[in-house]
Parts: sequence; C-alpha cells; structure tokens
Amino acid sequence: MRLKTKYHGEIEAASDSIIQFPSGIPGFLDEKRFVLLPFGAESPFFILQSVNTKELAFVMTIPFLFFKDYAIDLDDATIEQLEIESEQDVAVYVILTVGDPFENTTANLLAPVIINQKNKRAKQVILTGTTYKTKHPLMEQKEV
Amino acid sequence: MLILTRKLNESIIIGDNIEITITAIEGDQVKLGIKAPKQIDVHRKEIYDAIQTENSAASRTDLDLLKHFQEKLNKK
Repeated sequence: MRLKTKYHGEIEAASDSIIQFPSGIPGFLDEKRFVLLPFGAESPFFILQSVNTKELAFVMTIPFLFFKDYAIDLDDATIEQLEIESEQDVAVYVILTVGDPFENTTANLLAPVIINQKNKRAKQVILTGTTYKTKHPLMEQKEV
Repeated sequence: MLILTRKLNESIIIGDNIEITITAIEGDQVKLGIKAPKQIDVHRKEIYDAIQTENSAASRTDLDLLKHFQEKLNKK
C-alpha cells in the first residue's frame, strides 16, 4: 500500500510490515496502525510512522545502545495481549523527545514500545515498580 | 461523578468484571485492590498523564535536528 509519511515522503509499505497497536498509544488512542522505518542506513534511530496520519511519527531508538544497563520485566498482561511466545520475538524500543539542540534529547525509559515481531502486535508498556522516568538524557549516557 | 461511601474491605464492581476493594486506610492514604481482566490496563493517573504528555511532546519532532545529529554521529 502507498503511505504518506512525515519524514520519508510517499513510500510503499507491504501490508505484512504494518504493526498493530490494538490499544493505541497513550495520547493517540485512535492510532492503531504504524510502520517502523529506519531513519537511515546504520542509524540508531527509527521512525514509528502512523499509517492513518501522515503528520504523526515518533522517533525511537534501541535503548540498549544508549543505556547499557536498561532492563525491563514484561508483565503477564502484556505477554498475553501481544501473544508473546518467545523472548526472541520481542523487540524493545524507546520513544525519544528530540530537543533543540539535539543534545537535549531525552528517552522515555518508563514507557518502552514492545513489538512482537512474529505477529506484529505492539504496545507502549508503562512499567511499574521501576525508577525509570519519562525523560532520560540520551547524550549524558553516551558520554559516560 | 458518582460518589460511593465504602468501608475497609468493602468493594465496588464496575461492569461485571472489574472489582475495586478498599484494602487499607492509613492516615491520608487509601490502598486499593483491583481485580480486572488482563486486557484492562490499570495505572496511577499521574503516571498515565505523564506518558501522554511525553508522547505528545515526542510527536512534535523537528526532522532537521535529527538529521543534524545523525551527521554528527556518523563523523565520530
């Protein structure tokens, strides 16, 4: 299908590449279908682009690249909702709030985006019982 | 807003499968026990609000900033 995107112009997206967020994303509950686009070759950044709304796209990264000790426990409800069968099927991303200058960019480690790559079901999971917050500076971590 | 008075260990039922029980009252704190189906997510409201606010801010990204940073990363 043809897809109008915020950052990549018009693209062709295979229907099996569409990621389903059955319960939407907090703040955007009606947005249930997205595609994941690499920002560029070998970029640590990814764009989560809404299928329905061209202007809606999130910048995400793989948290482990910037926060080496990042660890999460998925609760049973999430495992059930996403029909996760194996840990290997799970991809973890975090949403970035891009700052100006970019050095002020923060990562939302409290609410990672969990994707079951096998069935393309996904959810932004709000972790409980952690000290992670919605704003962790991306750069500070990188410099350490 | 519907307001109900409950005592310790009393409950309310929402729909036919969400049950909220007052499990402890200590000073100005109340502990709630919540039984709900697994597809229903339960969150402290201020945390849910914080995630909503953050998502909203995150959706307003300036592409040029990201491009600029990517170029910097590539040079490293």
